Amino acid sequence: MIDFELSEEQQMIRDTVGAFAIEQMRPAAREADETGKVPPDLIEKLWELGVVVQSAIPEKFGGAGDTRSAVTGAVIAEELGYGDIAIATHALAPRLFAFPILEAGTEEQRERYLKKFAAPKFVPATAALMEPRFDFDTTMLATSVRREGAGLMLNGRKCFVPIAADSESLLVYASSDPNAGYKGVEGFIVPRNAPGLTISEREKNMGFKALATYGLEFKDCKIGPEARLGGEGGINFSRIMSESRIALAAMAVGMARAAYDYAREYAKERRAFGAPIAQKQAIAFILADMAIEVDASRLLVWEAAWELDRGEDALASSYLAKNYVANSVMKIADNAVQVLGGHGYIREHPVELWLRNARGFAALDGIATV
Amino acid sequence: MIDFEIEPSVVKRVKMFHMVADGVMRPISREYDEKEHEEPEQYFQTMWAANAMADSSLDLAKKKDGDGAKDGDGAKARSPMRNLYTVITTEELCWGDAGLFLATPNAGLGGAAVMAAGTPEQKERFLSRFRGGQPKWGAMAITEPGFGSDSSQVTTTATREGDDYLLNGTKIFCTGGDRAAKSEGFIVVWATVDKSAGRPGIKPFVVEHGTPGMTVVRTENKLGIRASDTAAIVFDNCRIPKDHLLGSPEVRKEGGFKDVMATFDATRPIVAAMAIGVGRAALDFVRDFLKQENIPVRYGISPRRLTALERDFMEMEVQLKAARLLTWRAAWMMDVGKHNNLEASMAKAKAGLAVTLITQKAVELLGPLGYSRELLLEKWMRDAKINDIFEGTQQINMLIVARRILGYSSKDLN
Repeated sequence: MIDFELSEEQQMIRDTVGAFAIEQMRPAAREADETGKVPPDLIEKLWELGVVVQSAIPEKFGGAGDTRSAVTGAVIAEELGYGDIAIATHALAPRLFAFPILEAGTEEQRERYLKKFAAPKFVPATAALMEPRFDFDTTMLATSVRREGAGLMLNGRKCFVPIAADSESLLVYASSDPNAGYKGVEGFIVPRNAPGLTISEREKNMGFKALATYGLEFKDCKIGPEARLGGEGGINFSRIMSESRIALAAMAVGMARAAYDYAREYAKERRAFGAPIAQKQAIAFILADMAIEVDASRLLVWEAAWELDRGEDALASSYLAKNYVANSVMKIADNAVQVLGGHGYIREHPVELWLRNARGFAALDGIATV
Repeated sequence: MIDFEIEPSVVKRVKMFHMVADGVMRPISREYDEKEHEEPEQYFQTMWAANAMADSSLDLAKKKDGDGAKDGDGAKARSPMRNLYTVITTEELCWGDAGLFLATPNAGLGGAAVMAAGTPEQKERFLSRFRGGQPKWGAMAITEPGFGSDSSQVTTTATREGDDYLLNGTKIFCTGGDRAAKSEGFIVVWATVDKSAGRPGIKPFVVEHGTPGMTVVRTENKLGIRASDTAAIVFDNCRIPKDHLLGSPEVRKEGGFKDVMATFDATRPIVAAMAIGVGRAALDFVRDFLKQENIPVRYGISPRRLTALERDFMEMEVQLKAARLLTWRAAWMMDVGKHNNLEASMAKAKAGLAVTLITQKAVELLGPLGYSRELLLEKWMRDAKINDIFEGTQQINMLIVARRILGYSSKDLN
């Protein structure tokens, strides 16, 4: 039966993560962006909350064994996005490695890799999906895999891999058949020091600047057959993509909400021509549009997440939602800068930071998951 | 728990409404769009009988089950989600034809006003007629030549004379007003008992069909929703009994105007649902057309590799989804007893905008075929536009949203 209310547990999670975002993440955001450094203590504190991976790790591996919910994941991602996108992406990166293994791994792979995520301290781990082409397309990955003797060989380039330099192993997506779309995509668990794998210098990005991202180059990189995630069964890459889109869209909703809240409060205070600028229709309508679009964006994300939780693949819903939110967050962040006028342009108020971050959502895939 | 599933009993009803939309409305859509001022008599009879059947199956089900109708029968009565139910079924009927939907004989906005502001006795007196007899209509007349959005500017007067009121003034843009006047219906007229008092002086009055002094002087020629009659009505010393005033005659801040304005919180999601129905008609048509032409719509590929056609279609699709979700939320809030003034306005603003975009885009995408009156696509574009305007224009709804989010009164922000 149609219901727009979160469960009590979800509300509690939202409030807890939301408080952390406002009290801890937001005050650190500007300096993190300027210095390119995420405060490690924030990462540890978030890890301690248990919301990164531990709740989903099965009990036999030391986790809480909760069923994953994409809706709950979206709620968490939104609150973290409200705090700071770069810190959030860094903090959630281990999911990129752990969750696909949880979902699709063979018993051996789950046994081998999931235990360490029950650790009390942050375990850096990540996945490599994106490729450095303007028309990068997850249905046509250029990173290839082929059989080589008893093992496998990876070739290709990846970009925008979060915290790759800190991660012991990486989950790498490659295609065994670029004509097979998602069905040809597989995941490979690759140690950082695999022969033939080179990690680039840290990348320089327009936004997400506190997040360390790296390029990878695979030149006849040899891996064993046990590296294939899911063994012969492979993975459900379409589902993995839906989970990624929902997470990113949810984070964007959080950041859009942040920009809207900030602009609204500023407009109520800032005076011009004898009254707060919020009392002028031009400004008031911009704010009203932001409010509507934050809510509309959230509902689209929730609908896609709900479909995933029902076991559907949510391909169309998650794709439409992410593209919609990529646009809406861009417009909202841009409007936030506009409402602050000249002050919005200075790297002091957070709105210019949100504008630079907002542009990323259109291009980025696979750097977060629910 | 977050849930977007329509319950099975409602799904069943929606299928029935879809049959009406597809089998009864669509076949006569073009005809009554072209013959704007003709009466779709057969349609009126069909819908009136269907409503009577639905009501009697409701009564029957109630009798069978004592304390409530069973699942499947009279789902409308049993479903605690009445507003959601109405929104979902309204979308289905307007997918059929929005003009015919508005032309359907029922108590309409006039009935809504009676429900919002009338005494129990008045509700019985004015509304029981809709349960039997010949098709009839209820209508509401607010707008005047001098105002639409600024409803505090009512100049139609209600002057007390003995045990009666005399109404004087002109009303325009009254949906269903002509048919209400020509059938055994009524029109609820907003008139002021004291112009100097502003809003608190404005009251709703029921004027019965055939009352001397009430004349429908014309029905408009419109861009769309042509099957719906839009009446201009002149009141010239129109005499009505004093007990035709809905609610209290006192000029006070509470009640009256505010009560009737509150009905808009309930009707706004329904009007949004109307828009969504029309938008979906266009979207479904384009989707079917693309399938027919073997033009794929590829979800999941890089957005930069989408064709212009795919990109436009997906934009239409997601805008409709967004508008629908906001509308469902507004209706759900009413059903669970939450105040939804902000959310109802969000839904109406978004729906009007989204559906204008969708229907205009649909005509554009189909090139010369979209432009032809051989297809219903151009009609839906014309029908959609009204949703941006009536029951609160997009701009008024944006204004309401802005006031709510800023905590401003109409004095602070206008």
